[in-house]
Amino acid sequence: MTETSQRPLRVLAAMSGGVDSAVAAARAAEAGHDVTGVHLALSANPQSFRTGARGCCTIEDSRDARRAADVIGIPFYVWDLAERFREDVVDDFIAEYEAGRTPNPCLRCNEKIKFAALLDKALALGFDAVCTGHYATVVLNEDGSRELHRASDMAKDQSYVLGVLDEKQLAHAMFPLGDTLTTKDEIRAEAERRGLAVAKKPDSHDICFIADGDTQGFLASRLGTAEGDIVDESGTKVGTHEGAFGFTIGQRKGLRIGHPAPDGKPRYVLDISPVNNTVTVGPVESLDVTALTAIRPRWCGNAPAGPGTYTAQLRAHGGETEVTAELVDGTLNVSFTEPVRGVAPGQAVVLYDGTRVVGSATIATTVRRSEAGAAAG
Amino acid sequence: MAYLDHAATTPMLPEAIAAMTAQLAVTGNASSLHAAGRLARRTVEESRETLADALGARPSEVVFTSGGTEADNLAVKGLYWARRAADPRRTRVLASPVEHHAVLDAVDWLAEHEGANVEYLPVDPYGRVHPDALREAILRNPDDVALVTVMWANNEIGTIMPVRELADVAREFDVPMHADAVQAFGQLGVDFARSGLAAMTVSAHKIGGPFGIGALLLGREYTPVPVLHGGGQERHVRSGTLDVPAIAAFAVAGRLAADGREEFAHEIGGLRDDLVAAVLAAVPDAVLGGDPAPGGRLPANAHFTFPGCEGDSLLLLLDAQGIECSTGSACTAGIAQPSHVLLATGTDPDLARGTLRFSLGHTSTKQDIDEVARAIGPAVERARTAGLS
Repeated sequence: MTETSQRPLRVLAAMSGGVDSAVAAARAAEAGHDVTGVHLALSANPQSFRTGARGCCTIEDSRDARRAADVIGIPFYVWDLAERFREDVVDDFIAEYEAGRTPNPCLRCNEKIKFAALLDKALALGFDAVCTGHYATVVLNEDGSRELHRASDMAKDQSYVLGVLDEKQLAHAMFPLGDTLTTKDEIRAEAERRGLAVAKKPDSHDICFIADGDTQGFLASRLGTAEGDIVDESGTKVGTHEGAFGFTIGQRKGLRIGHPAPDGKPRYVLDISPVNNTVTVGPVESLDVTALTAIRPRWCGNAPAGPGTYTAQLRAHGGETEVTAELVDGTLNVSFTEPVRGVAPGQAVVLYDGTRVVGSATIATTVRRSEAGAAAG
Repeated sequence: MAYLDHAATTPMLPEAIAAMTAQLAVTGNASSLHAAGRLARRTVEESRETLADALGARPSEVVFTSGGTEADNLAVKGLYWARRAADPRRTRVLASPVEHHAVLDAVDWLAEHEGANVEYLPVDPYGRVHPDALREAILRNPDDVALVTVMWANNEIGTIMPVRELADVAREFDVPMHADAVQAFGQLGVDFARSGLAAMTVSAHKIGGPFGIGALLLGREYTPVPVLHGGGQERHVRSGTLDVPAIAAFAVAGRLAADGREEFAHEIGGLRDDLVAAVLAAVPDAVLGGDPAPGGRLPANAHFTFPGCEGDSLLLLLDAQGIECSTGSACTAGIAQPSHVLLATGTDPDLARGTLRFSLGHTSTKQDIDEVARAIGPAVERARTAGLS
């Protein structure tokens, strides 16, 4: 049983100006809930018009959201959460990159903004739930507990970026798009049918606060450039870079290494060391990771006691892989049944039991197969 | 339902709707020379005479515009350009800091693009400009003042300005003064000739007329440089085909507003006093904005600051109960900004975020007040829990 079939609730629908959140709000209203739309102003300077949907920071997105709310027939407000967003998401994003890690700002936003700052304010104002256009499913058990599951349509599933939600947050979350087998085309058709002008609006896919999609340029503008060495696994210098923060473990493109590797094979970023501003590169095999440790675990429900076997997802849109995981003194130790590649500290590992999200944690260190048990990263 | 946002716009009067709809079916451009044009012209000129009479002006002093914003822009920019053209030294603009954005943004634009030296006149804690302050500002160099612009009554906190006294000061130095009287018309005795103003803005939809029509009352000796160039209508200072149906309806509403003004002000002032008493009883630490003296504020205005609340939260909670009011301040891309009016009066910026403006009008009833009295206490309590995010 899902939340949408419960008694009428006072629902605050977060509306980005995109098609998903608009249809989600429309479905919540149609299900009989008392829905109020709210657009989160997350940019300190929302004075720009841009074409397309690049997230949630433009006046145009705000207008699109307002227009959708008008068509649905619900009240609509714009809430200024720019300061919280900057502190909790943007500054954190920059600090993580500066520390050589690869953060996922969408997870952070869900944890700290949508289902914290926004939810808290919503609850204080008398709302029962926050509704978003995420593709995921909340299951209400007979004992009143709640579970987060993957969306019915695995191809659209966004439970990974919601894996940071605890049960209390889930109790007030509503995802009307999660429990139907709906392709994006069908969502667009539904939006069209409902008279929502955002039906044809392009999807957003990059980081909403980096307008032009140039993450490296954004980081360079915030952190400055600092030339450093690119070295191979033996420590031999093979090139230079303009700031170690601009790299991601497993990255192949943009290394600009002049001469080829001795074996002629492509080289990948293996390690980022902000302390000495060094980027280590090597062959793809060296990316193989057999285990990882992760910190700041968050559980949807009770923390698992003892080791267990799960499937894990290591990045948004990533595949599933089988793991055993155990919580030891607040750190999650994860071992992979088969080695996996391109695991970047800073990303979240989300554990699943079937379709159920068990919990998540932030990857701190990884163990490479080549290192035979020595922690790296 | 309680509609308490009449300062934003008030329902059209049935008589104005009748006048407008009757004219919508009539063909004729008031600038045409044939019979249809003459008929339209006659309607426009009769309306002009009616409005002039209602506002204590001569018919030729009524310049129709598309509304208050355009009239403010024409007065401020047009008089600035004309005065500067006559004497290049005249680049100083003296404005109150509590003006509506139609004035505020126009003078800021002049500062940014036209070399204006904008000086904001000091205001007292009620947002009032004192004549001595204006005299002092002009005296700093009487020769370089292009114009003075101070609103007749404030749209947020309702404070009434001593317009007559201010205009007297400006006149002493031969400086033209403009006043935005959009909120004053219909609530206060607005007499253009007696005011001593050079220019005065009024708008139809605030007095029961239609949207999209307003006027700049403009002394005959003033010829502002036009903002809109074209066919030369309206003394060549405001080109554009005249909107006959809107003008006819504006005149009807203006006539009724002027004729019924004293009775309306008395009745609405009583209801407003009840509202203020009810709100202060429910929320004892609410602060009444503007001048608390009955004669010092617009009779239909009640403005409050609720410490620890976000005005937006209150708006949402009251809206959900069918009570329609305003935070009073402008917003940028839908995001509420702390009111520039309150900031100008020295209010703490956090406090300035927690405002509500209730504005009454010709459809307001005791029942509206009762609804607010019931809802405001719990709403403020809830909004305080949500806090200032």
